[in-house]
Amino acid sequence: MWEYTDKVQEHFINPKNVGEIENADGVGNVGSIACGDALRLTIKVDENQIITDAKFKTFGCASAIASSSMLTEMLKGMKLEDAKKLTNDDIAKALGGLPKEKMHCSVMGREALEAAIADYTGVILPMAQGEVVCECFGVTDLEIIRAIKENALTSVEEITNFTKAGGGCGKCEGRLRELLVETAEGLPEQTVGVKKQKRMTSLEKIKKIEEVIEREIKPTLKKDGGDIRLIDVDGDFVTVSLRGSCAGCHSSRTTLKEYVEKKLREQVLESLIVEEDK
Amino acid sequence: MTVSPDQVVYMDNNATTRVAPEVLDAMMPYLTALYGNPSSMHTFGGQVGQAVSQARQEVADLLGASPEEIVFTSCGTESDSTAILSAIQTYPEKNHVVTTRVEHPAVKNLCDNLEIFTGRKYHSTRLHVEADGTLDVQRFKDSLTDETAIVSVMWANNETGVIFPVEEMARIAKERGILFHTDAVQAVGKIPINLKATAIDFLSLSGHKLHAPKGIGVLYVRKGTPFIPFLNGGHQERGRRGGTENVASIVGLGKACALAAAKMDEENTRVRALRDKLEKGLLTSIPKALLNGHPEQRLPNTANISFEYVEGEAILLHMNQHNICASSGSACTSGSLEPSHVLRAMGVPFTAAHGSIRFSLSIYNTEAEVDFVLEKMPAIIAKLRAMSPFWEENK
Repeated sequence: MWEYTDKVQEHFINPKNVGEIENADGVGNVGSIACGDALRLTIKVDENQIITDAKFKTFGCASAIASSSMLTEMLKGMKLEDAKKLTNDDIAKALGGLPKEKMHCSVMGREALEAAIADYTGVILPMAQGEVVCECFGVTDLEIIRAIKENALTSVEEITNFTKAGGGCGKCEGRLRELLVETAEGLPEQTVGVKKQKRMTSLEKIKKIEEVIEREIKPTLKKDGGDIRLIDVDGDFVTVSLRGSCAGCHSSRTTLKEYVEKKLREQVLESLIVEEDK
Repeated sequence: MTVSPDQVVYMDNNATTRVAPEVLDAMMPYLTALYGNPSSMHTFGGQVGQAVSQARQEVADLLGASPEEIVFTSCGTESDSTAILSAIQTYPEKNHVVTTRVEHPAVKNLCDNLEIFTGRKYHSTRLHVEADGTLDVQRFKDSLTDETAIVSVMWANNETGVIFPVEEMARIAKERGILFHTDAVQAVGKIPINLKATAIDFLSLSGHKLHAPKGIGVLYVRKGTPFIPFLNGGHQERGRRGGTENVASIVGLGKACALAAAKMDEENTRVRALRDKLEKGLLTSIPKALLNGHPEQRLPNTANISFEYVEGEAILLHMNQHNICASSGSACTSGSLEPSHVLRAMGVPFTAAHGSIRFSLSIYNTEAEVDFVLEKMPAIIAKLRAMSPFWEENK
């Protein structure tokens, strides 16, 4: 059985904004029955370029339905400009995290949003113009490169978790590996992760970890009533304590691994392991 | 009788079963006072050895076999591996195995990886199944060659319950001098089996599928069939499987086999009637619901039904809200991204494969439980279809 957060369960059992908006300003259709999940997103945009309403219809598992429901909740009242910047990670985070094998559900949400906005603005999406790499699930190279960049993916397995590419017959595995290398080479140094990291002194490392926690992680957790404190750094082991509503929360482990650890790995050192002080 | 609010309605008996109370009672002395080693010389251990012998007899009786043909193992998977690896070691000059596209991973993954165990190249024929999940015997006949070391075909499929004509197939293999193994973990205890009247060389069974505990299995090895052990060690199981006997579980399995023999009629009348009621009820009350598998040539306890345009995991989790346990062939529940290999081998369309639910009953299910499921399912499917983008245009 999958371990779903309370938020995922809540949005799955009682999803918000199910349906289709009549005379919608933007419609986004992604996925197919063959793939196992599909989403139709409809949005209403007012003259001030604000999304006033969003509805969804989804065929898929619990996390696909929950991601769709959460997405529509986030969109309502959002400026179109801000909606354009919404990432799959934002959706997953709002749900308190998703099992890693289910990240593609949040990606489907973001793709439907892009398609709906493109439909509204009349722009043709570049993703559809890419070259199909995974024939089983119809995933293009542009979609894969984007997922690698946005989520700092480092393995074929992760690409499959985020885009489903490679999850069928597995024939495209070689091409996925190539895309990983090509994308990593084209990226600026700090986002590449494993390959091009300079050796840091312990002091530099601790300073950098502190900085990322204060600047990025803490403000995000505080939005949900939580808090975090750095306790110790020993080699690659980073000990933190979660406080406020994060402490003892059902999904605290997910927060720790999927969010705190991921952020620190992205921005400080790929080999870091984050643990909670018990 | 009704279903109480906190009652678990368990219809996932092809996954595992509850330990029968009589089985637990039979086991308890061997987990407490009677802890002796059956191989010991003293009476204290010797009496435990007698209990193992009795269990061996009870297993043999259910299968229509002799006690010497029963080898206790740790699980169905160990039994499968033992049989297949024994056969290919027996015939090192042969490089071909025949199996089906719908085998359990215990057989499928082993046959795909024989090279790792032997260092030699093997090719395996994986027999196609028809749209109703049945096997074509003629096609099987044509697949056999002089290079075939062993055939491994399940007696009944775990997902659809479809029964394969293994007795006829074993006869055909025998005429060609080819060993025949059947993974019968789903069939044993549910349908009558009489191995004496067949040409089957190896049969695997698993205790926890028939109300014995997990961690105990059996490999039946026909008298005279060449055999090479998988686990070498002591003289246990007459040198065919080393390792101190899992006494309590062996005793439990013996009891479970005796119970299964006594309740075989009930399984095939009352349980079958409950399954039929459930199946008919779901197919009539829910539109676009399809039965997967041959309607008659099937285990009496299994119903595999596809609800088109909705996804299996979502259905299961809604059922879970009502404490109803079943399983699904959808991609999302398998941990992979593709739906069940069994349904795909049958050519079940994707629109249906993703929404397949397997209900598997046991003698412990009641009519009240069936009625409860029949009451809850239509609303669950309707709710999910209301949010499916494919429903409106296809209903």
